[in-house]
Amino acid sequence: MELILGLATGVVFGILLQKAEVLRFDKQVGFMLFKDATILRFMLSAIVVGAVGLRICAELGMLEFKIKDAALVPVALGGLIFGAGWAVAGYCPGTAIGALGEGRLHAFWVILGMITGAGIYAESRHLLRWKFLKLYDYGPVTLPQITALAPWLIITVLAAVAIILFVVIAKKL
Amino acid sequence: MQLFIFKSRWSPYLAGTLAGLLAVASVVVSTKYLGQTKYLGASTSFVRAAGMVESHFQPERVAKNNYYHKTGTKVDWQMMFLAGIFFGALLSSIAGGTFRFEAVPALWSEFLGPGIIKRGFFAFIGGAVALYGARMAGGCPSGHGLSGMMQLALSGFVAMAAFMLGGIITANLIYKRSW
Repeated sequence: MELILGLATGVVFGILLQKAEVLRFDKQVGFMLFKDATILRFMLSAIVVGAVGLRICAELGMLEFKIKDAALVPVALGGLIFGAGWAVAGYCPGTAIGALGEGRLHAFWVILGMITGAGIYAESRHLLRWKFLKLYDYGPVTLPQITALAPWLIITVLAAVAIILFVVIAKKL
Repeated sequence: MQLFIFKSRWSPYLAGTLAGLLAVASVVVSTKYLGQTKYLGASTSFVRAAGMVESHFQPERVAKNNYYHKTGTKVDWQMMFLAGIFFGALLSSIAGGTFRFEAVPALWSEFLGPGIIKRGFFAFIGGAVALYGARMAGGCPSGHGLSGMMQLALSGFVAMAAFMLGGIITANLIYKRSW
């Protein structure tokens, strides 16, 4: 059941990624070069719709949140390292697999590299014991918690920012 | 009217909206029927895959590794989710007529040349660096970006900002005509 559900969810997600053209190297790197806004449009639409949906379902008691720790140093540092690799590979983990599905064969090397990188991390994680990595770890906090603002207010602001960005980029890209 | 799946392209606003609904549906359905809440994510599976490969050669070493122990080394929901992305993209691209074999992307070729081995080498290195960073950060643009940000998690916003900053700086250094 778990495996079938995972597969079904993936098939639908794969279709959506493919139809939106976010699986293309040129779109991903184009986003980083400010030459293409497909990724931005796709991600912001998904985040705003998802935020509204999750909030409604949470208030109805249908789900629970699973918040990752805001360990700011490893998140920011790891994030920057990820970004550097992302620009060279041209794919993030999910899109590398989708890109291979639509025939982009070089994504195979990206996937192989990703498995290797994961293995290197698993084997060398014990070396990352520097103290600064543990600084500024705020635990699993959300924006409503740290700002003391109502979740719906933050979602409204997020939606407004998304719409403004869409209008601005629609004129340029 | 042309059937939706046979269209070559959907608006990214529409596909993104549907992806947001899918993320919510996945969380609700998995909570109800699996008793576990499944948010969309991808990078943990690469650790599992690495653990599976490594166990073929050094099973004891993998069994003793805390990190592999934490992520697990068996096929789970998320690995099947990734397999699904592959088949979904394959199906969609064939139906839409956009399936195409590509060894070197056009943009890469424009700045770094058409060499297949060169592209393959850097694709591998880029993938390795990206996943190392993703595991240090605790997620990728799916887990932190989509799932984290839609839950309004601070970690999601910080991670996505860092992903983009790292990507923007690196891309602007690499893909420049002056090379």
